[in-house]
Amino acid sequence: MAKAKTNTEDYLRMYRQMMRIRTFEDNANQLYLSAKMPGLTHMYSGEEAVAVGICEALTDDDRITSTHRGHGHCVAKGANFKEMFCELLGKEEGYCRGKGGSMHIADQSHGNLGANAIVGGSMGIATGSALRAKLLGQDDVTVCFFGDGATAQGLLYEVMNMAALWNLPVIYACENNGYSEYTKTEEIAAGSITARAEAFRIEAFQVDGQDVLAVNELSQKLVARCRKGEGPFFVELMTYRYHGHHVGDINREYYRSKDEEKDWKDNRDPIIRFRSFLVSEGIATEDEIEAMNAEIEKDAAEAVAYAEAAKYPDVSEVDMHVYAD
Amino acid sequence: MREITLSQAVNEAIAEEMRRDPTVFLLGEDVAEAGTPFKVLSGLVEEFGTDRVIDTPIAEPGFMGIAVGAAMTGARPIVDLMFGDFIFLIMDQLCNQAAKIHYMSGGKLNVPLVLRTNMGATRRSAAQHSQSLQALVAHIPGLKVAMPSSAYEAKGLMKTAIRDNNPVVIFEDKLMYQDKAPVPEEEYLIPFGEAHIKREGKDISLIATSSMVQVAEKAAAILAKEGIEAEVIDPRTIVPLDEATLIESVKKTSRAIVIDEGHQSYGITSEIASRLNEKAFYHLDAPVLRMGAMDVPVPFSPALEDITVPTPERVADEARKLCSGELIHAA
Repeated sequence: MAKAKTNTEDYLRMYRQMMRIRTFEDNANQLYLSAKMPGLTHMYSGEEAVAVGICEALTDDDRITSTHRGHGHCVAKGANFKEMFCELLGKEEGYCRGKGGSMHIADQSHGNLGANAIVGGSMGIATGSALRAKLLGQDDVTVCFFGDGATAQGLLYEVMNMAALWNLPVIYACENNGYSEYTKTEEIAAGSITARAEAFRIEAFQVDGQDVLAVNELSQKLVARCRKGEGPFFVELMTYRYHGHHVGDINREYYRSKDEEKDWKDNRDPIIRFRSFLVSEGIATEDEIEAMNAEIEKDAAEAVAYAEAAKYPDVSEVDMHVYAD
Repeated sequence: MREITLSQAVNEAIAEEMRRDPTVFLLGEDVAEAGTPFKVLSGLVEEFGTDRVIDTPIAEPGFMGIAVGAAMTGARPIVDLMFGDFIFLIMDQLCNQAAKIHYMSGGKLNVPLVLRTNMGATRRSAAQHSQSLQALVAHIPGLKVAMPSSAYEAKGLMKTAIRDNNPVVIFEDKLMYQDKAPVPEEEYLIPFGEAHIKREGKDISLIATSSMVQVAEKAAAILAKEGIEAEVIDPRTIVPLDEATLIESVKKTSRAIVIDEGHQSYGITSEIASRLNEKAFYHLDAPVLRMGAMDVPVPFSPALEDITVPTPERVADEARKLCSGELIHAA
């Protein structure tokens, strides 16, 4: 694995954040399977190194835009389990007072401008956030997360053109998990994904999205260069989603094999890989890691229980927040 | 009082707000040196520079989305959409993103942006440069919609829109840019949701938006010669709508025609007429009439185009029928 950081604390935080995402998703999936969660949700499991590697290179002032598969970005950017589970269950104490749900979680306090249920819908928002930074002389960077499927949207090309023309501090982070909903990416994307950005003279990179240190090392460099006015950048992160397109997409052998899923889980899992690294480098012992995992599981279980017992918003809130004062 | 054109009024409003608030900026196609094809923004780039008056590529969804993101994070963009017809290109960014973000975030994120665009037929521009699409956006909760009827309203409503913390769409009638009206030198704002009674009358209410206010005023002048006193009301903003003033007027006159240049079916006229029926039913002596543009794509030929929109003569004809009782048993 690449070695970007030498600080033990940073390594442990990255592990912890990846594990928090996995644990959050396992609990969210259970809420769905036990019919306790309204609607559907899209699992981030398998892609943890992408969100964590990138968000660990950002500060709270830096902004991100997220996607329908957004829990990982939200956790990685600093969100709390309690408000997240409350939002997933439509409760008053959720990040959006239950008005957004899984696909619209926004956490303004940590710079998360929100998940977006329109594929590619936040590309303009991220680019606009970067334009604002430049216009107002602020030095924050915006990361635009989107999937390989979203590269088919025309909006991406419109905003990358403007970002390149105006040297905006934005990083387009394409999470290539191999599938555009229920279709293999190679069936919907002609040619190279990074070449799309290069056509606008945007420097583009491809990185192993299952290697949190490689992602983090690249992200730190690009964030620093963005702050110096050298943006925008484009990164294609090669990753895999363990679940289907959403939690209800269970029988999916018509588009991908169980062998393929098993191979990614057994041989390329970002958490298992990083855990082995931490142990072999003497950064943490197996016992310490198990203790961390147990603490995260307890934290998640408590947050779920809290959210289940929490109040729904009062019906009088239904027409609140249509317009701002 | 001095008189200036609607175009100058919009320009003054934007310049004043850009001087007052450094977070206000403009973006759109040909807004800088060109000052837009209608020359509404001429001179602004000279004062504020290309950082704040930004020429974009011809990429409406892209720059609309960029405005949403800038607005969410602390700037106040004014988006210039060259023709109202191009709203169809930006629907996702306007209606799925800008309109809903405040609500979906439980009130935590705001989108203070202004989308200024235009409307209006009879410029011989055919079906894709002549539409009046205000009903489309007025239908979406989260958007405010202003429709200035003269230079005075254009300036006051624009300044209010720029200071509003919500996405506001302003439709200017592209045939009115050179129309002059008295506009005070001193600063003023026109609050949203306050209709203006342009002419008082007791026999019939003519509720009209944008350029249709002029049509209604001309119709009222024709009717006055026949002894019919029409009241002309300009709602000024259709979202929010000053229902109370409209209802009060109809309670007084017992008859109403609603006139707007959008297509008549499922349009602004339908909505206002319906509210009057619901809330002033027992005061009505005749059905509330709608007069919108014909339900056809706007044709190119002048011989065809001119008959698609309400005219003073046709408004007067309908008003006469309503006042004579002719329409009561029309169905």
